[in-house]
Amino acid sequence: MSIAEPATLSDTHPGQGTPLIEMRDISIAFGGIKAVDGASVDLMPGEVVGLLGHNGAGKSTLIKILSGAYTADSGTILVNGEEVSIGSPRDAKRHGIETIYQTLALADNVDAAANIFLGRELLTGWGTLDDASMEAETRKVMGRLNPHFRRFKEPVKALSGGQRQSVAIARAIYFNARMLIMDEPTAALGPAETRQVAELILQLKKQGIGIFLISHDLHDVFDLADRITVMKNGKVVGTARTADVTQDEVLGMIISGKCPPAAVAGPGALRGS
Amino acid sequence: MTETAPASSNAGQERRSLSDHLREIEFDPRMIGMVAALAVIWLGFNWLSDGAFLSSRNLWNLLVQTASIAVMACGMVLVIVTRNIDLSVGSMLGFVGMVVGVVQVRLLPGIWGFEHPLTWIVSLALAISLGGLVGLLQGALIAYLAIPSFIVTLGGLLIWRGAAWWVTQGQTVAPMDSRFRPLGGGVEGAIGTSASWVIGIALCLAICAAAALIRRRRKRFGFVLRPLWAEILIAAIGCGAVIATVLMANSYALPAGVARRVTEARGGSWPEGGLVIGHGLAVPVLVALAVGIAMTFLANRLRFGRYVFAIGGNPEAAQLSGVNTRKVLMLVFGLMGVLVGISACISTARLNAATNSAGTLDELYVIAAAVIGGTSLAGGVGTIAGAMLGALVMQSLQSGMVLIGVDAPLQNIVVGIVLVVAVWLDGVYRKRLS
Repeated sequence: MSIAEPATLSDTHPGQGTPLIEMRDISIAFGGIKAVDGASVDLMPGEVVGLLGHNGAGKSTLIKILSGAYTADSGTILVNGEEVSIGSPRDAKRHGIETIYQTLALADNVDAAANIFLGRELLTGWGTLDDASMEAETRKVMGRLNPHFRRFKEPVKALSGGQRQSVAIARAIYFNARMLIMDEPTAALGPAETRQVAELILQLKKQGIGIFLISHDLHDVFDLADRITVMKNGKVVGTARTADVTQDEVLGMIISGKCPPAAVAGPGALRGS
Repeated sequence: MTETAPASSNAGQERRSLSDHLREIEFDPRMIGMVAALAVIWLGFNWLSDGAFLSSRNLWNLLVQTASIAVMACGMVLVIVTRNIDLSVGSMLGFVGMVVGVVQVRLLPGIWGFEHPLTWIVSLALAISLGGLVGLLQGALIAYLAIPSFIVTLGGLLIWRGAAWWVTQGQTVAPMDSRFRPLGGGVEGAIGTSASWVIGIALCLAICAAAALIRRRRKRFGFVLRPLWAEILIAAIGCGAVIATVLMANSYALPAGVARRVTEARGGSWPEGGLVIGHGLAVPVLVALAVGIAMTFLANRLRFGRYVFAIGGNPEAAQLSGVNTRKVLMLVFGLMGVLVGISACISTARLNAATNSAGTLDELYVIAAAVIGGTSLAGGVGTIAGAMLGALVMQSLQSGMVLIGVDAPLQNIVVGIVLVVAVWLDGVYRKRLS
């Protein structure tokens, strides 16, 4: 009962094949409190999976395990069907997993290029930083995301919310990510910029990139996600194809943990009611 | 966009402030402020001392006195940039200096006799490694055991000062090896006029070459370039400062007796009316300069420096980007230790003795130099050049006050006030900027 039924989870997949990412039975505890408790999620290539739940439901923690910020106490992670160990953000990036954090995780005191290439700097033949090449690449990638961006030489603290968001997204997509984790990507944005992010998600999806979308905005998720996984108190309530459930049903999953018939129930689902 | 002249790209703006102009040529206005402050201090003391302050003799000694603090300030910038502090550098200097003194005066002569040609280099290598090890140890406690750096280095301040006494039970060790003494300056630590010109001209060529190289690179990528006049002006200021320093050092004459010995050693004869032979640049000043250039290179051009600043800006972001923040932090303290080792040699050689009180209060002067030089205690912001200039400002104040006969207690009061006012002004300036 504490283990999610893997056979039924795959029933919700849009197609057949090996999932890009599979997290099985992941648990992590902080000081005796189980932040994530036996959670299983998966993601197919070119698919957007919305991860929903209240604050403290464990969705950000689950995702931080995938991005290497935390190490799970138990459970397995599979990339393209092969078991991997992710012990650091560097490991995750090596497997093509990139993350856009809710806080953006930018070093405010350095410029856009330094942030985009942080930890993966381009070097000259002498082993020194190749700032000119990094700036040139930054101009290219930012030109795609935010064509009006000009402030390449300024620390990112001087940029607007949308511009900072663009820098964080540029950092995630520049290195040919195979899957993307977006934690509340539109929380700090205006309507126009939110639309831009939505377009970007669809564009990335077309390139076959898998995306975990964490959001509190049900509308965003219903518009963009192929599937939805709801978490509550560290456990997965259920996973459903977006087309098979209504917003009210998903709201019920988030609030009371009640799993509708169209969804595959997880260990966190309310039973017997 | 890339090839437009700066003037036309800003055509929409009617009036622009001076700081906009300065930003356009990528010149830090705070640096200009500091140079202006230094000029005011120098001219003020020169006026109060009837021209004694700006004599070549005083300036030469001022630079030598600044060297030790300036070397350590370079490391302190990186420490403070990572949102940490190192209160132990003065005590570490005392401890490393004592160990070097004992090894050089008691241990090595027992192995290969006094005045052995290897003694000085072994001493220097020992000081650098011992300082580095002590720094790494403190860094490991801070980075891996997550003990606040304030506490670890406050402990270090007491521990290493005690250890410095313990090395010889408080005895002073002297004199130093004659090949080691030049590290501290003095007559034997002056490299002579022709060597000074060689170094000065080499530096000027390096400044111009670097400017040309960077410009060519930016041009190849089609980036906005500084206006040519600004490029030339900056290079000219740099070369001018170098040449002025060489001229100053070369015009400070050796004492007649020494000049005579030097002339005779070169096989020349001592003329009737005597000869004026200049000191030339001092070894500790050149060491400090070399450290400053190396540290600037490390901070701006190497990955390590980039990580140091990123950690200072947002430690969590650096970690999530895959930077091994703990290792970087430990190495920053290790590097600080290495620089303390170099400074320990400079001050031991200068004093021609190792005493357990060497470096007392140096931590505060080093931190003050970094902070006056624009390093923000909030982390993420600071330059090596600024800190070295800050060290020069501090030392100018102190030397100047000694020169015009200000009492020692009042000297401390003035230095303290200057530190507080400088940081306040910097804060006001920064708030206006943002």
